[in-house]
Amino acid sequence: MEQLIQVLLSGLATGSIYALAAIGFTLIWQAAQTVNFAQGEFVMLPAFFVLIGINFLGMPLWLAMLFGLALSVLILGVAFKRILVDPLLSHGGLSLIIATMAVAILMKELVKEFYSAEAQPYPALVPQGAWDLSGVIISLQDVSHLIICFIVIVGLTLFLDKTKVGRCMQAAAQNAAVAEILGVNVKRMILYTFVVNAVLATLASFLITPVYLAKFSSGEYLGLIAFIAAIVGGFNQVRGALAGGLLIGVLDNITATYITAEYRQAIPLLLLITVILFKPEGILGKPEGRAV
Amino acid sequence: MFKQIAGASALMLAMASPVHAVDIAIVAELSGGGAPAGTQYRDGIMLAIEEINASGGILGEKIKVTQHDTQTDPQISKGLVTKAIDDGAYVIMGTVYSSSTVVNMFEAMNAGVPQIVGAEAPNITQKGNPYVFRTSYGAHRGVPSLTGYFRDTLKAKKVAVSWVNNEFGKGGHDVFVDEMKKAGIDVVADIPSEAGAADFAADVSRLKSAGADAVFVYLHEEESARFLKEAKKQGLKTPLVGEVTLTGQKVIDLAGDAANGAVAHVGLTAQANVKSIQDFGKKFSAKYGHETDHNGIKGYIGMWAVKYVTEMNGAFDQKKFADTMHGLCLDVNKHPNMLLTTCWDNDGEMARESFMVEVQNGKQVVTTTVAAAK
Repeated sequence: MEQLIQVLLSGLATGSIYALAAIGFTLIWQAAQTVNFAQGEFVMLPAFFVLIGINFLGMPLWLAMLFGLALSVLILGVAFKRILVDPLLSHGGLSLIIATMAVAILMKELVKEFYSAEAQPYPALVPQGAWDLSGVIISLQDVSHLIICFIVIVGLTLFLDKTKVGRCMQAAAQNAAVAEILGVNVKRMILYTFVVNAVLATLASFLITPVYLAKFSSGEYLGLIAFIAAIVGGFNQVRGALAGGLLIGVLDNITATYITAEYRQAIPLLLLITVILFKPEGILGKPEGRAV
Repeated sequence: MFKQIAGASALMLAMASPVHAVDIAIVAELSGGGAPAGTQYRDGIMLAIEEINASGGILGEKIKVTQHDTQTDPQISKGLVTKAIDDGAYVIMGTVYSSSTVVNMFEAMNAGVPQIVGAEAPNITQKGNPYVFRTSYGAHRGVPSLTGYFRDTLKAKKVAVSWVNNEFGKGGHDVFVDEMKKAGIDVVADIPSEAGAADFAADVSRLKSAGADAVFVYLHEEESARFLKEAKKQGLKTPLVGEVTLTGQKVIDLAGDAANGAVAHVGLTAQANVKSIQDFGKKFSAKYGHETDHNGIKGYIGMWAVKYVTEMNGAFDQKKFADTMHGLCLDVNKHPNMLLTTCWDNDGEMARESFMVEVQNGKQVVTTTVAAAK
């Protein structure tokens, strides 16, 4: 029983980080009707901004994190939207999807070439100890990750639902033409969506990198899992991405602990196929229809 | 007229001072999961080459080196070995990963090109390849050195194994399980993971509930670091014992204080209380700005072995090189850059004294020296 509790907690903690990246997928989909296949690299890159701040600019950790966040917002939010998304959006989603794949490769190779091909140590941001509660070892890191992700996701939900800017962002995502007629600055709202995605990816990076280590290739697996989580949960619902991330985190851990460690990576893919076959809109997603 | 004389003079000068070079190809894991090992191996080789060229090269010829990045992919490594052979390499240095070496070594063998590898899977020297030579123990030599530690020092009755599911990991795992069986120690948990695995939460959880007295950890460097961090996070108190990789410098750098307390049998360590090794460590750090590990030492002594053996033969003869290596012992007193007296058998398997180390306060500390296996 103790082991099950520990496995569940660990799965939820990891899954909550996957959820942050998965929410980014859904936000970009809603804003630009495209899939950002560089999302995994969006989670990989901020860690290296922090390492540059620490190792080359001599910053303390807190300042390097702010530096990393600022650079991520500028590059992964504003520049990504203005330089890549805006020119290609009018050419259809497929062009943009392919372009994001190219961006993913570019980011990986830039880090590999100009920083290092090897994994890099990364400072822990949260306490590393553990509590022993009647034989159940509760990792402080897992609890911290869960709390931080919970706060962020609740904050995001409140922002989107309760603030004027958030509601305008939702309006722009649901129907840009009508939103524009109603006076919403749609272009600015889409920009804000990309900025929010950059912030979420950066936060995911800060939390996951101390565990996975900073490496140019760490975005590949994260991106795949986050993509699967977004589809499984519901690509057009933020709460769907949250559910998908948590589900995959828990399933992965339970599979590896009680069933098989060798085929654990197949479980998310099997789940993806099952959901697409039987509930293609995702567990919490809403069916969408389009006029053709 | 003047131009003709000048042109003829230049031509004669060029012919009178020809540039000779011996081609050495480094085929190693310079990116991908194997980069921690491959880059150290490469750096050790490059340091050796610098010293060899500064002292006149090999048989008067300077070494010309080319580096090839296998990206830790066996098929890419095979193609690169072929390329190195086509480019005229005298000797191929690498690969370090066993999964790549078992694939690419037959290219070198078929071409009759000696290959100095850092790989440790037992089967590398068991396939009848007369051109492959190790720079470190195979797992079938190194892992049995741990049996006494588990049985007599830890007094373990039950052990668990966490291992990477590839040629390297399988080799060490199989030898370990066999050794434990002979020693009458039960293996109560057998937990494979994939190369490049990032999440060890489930593995550590299973180890904790297995009730083992000790855990044998046989993973690559990055995975070892992630494993140690997870073990610390989950409060795994069981002794963690490895072979070579668990206590490597790169692992210590990546895992931080999570590495403290890990124990391993290592063929080479920069912290050995051996002056030649310590001097090498200082040279390496001065050149590269970071510490070496066993892979750096492997590359260094491998390259120096090439020089010593070639000069023994008096010619750049690849077949003679291989023949000379079989049954050869390079005494460190006569061949100081070997750092330790090193011998090879007819299969290219290496014998040399080794060490038990423990990580204390972020450093490898040698606790015992183990005599060379016969």
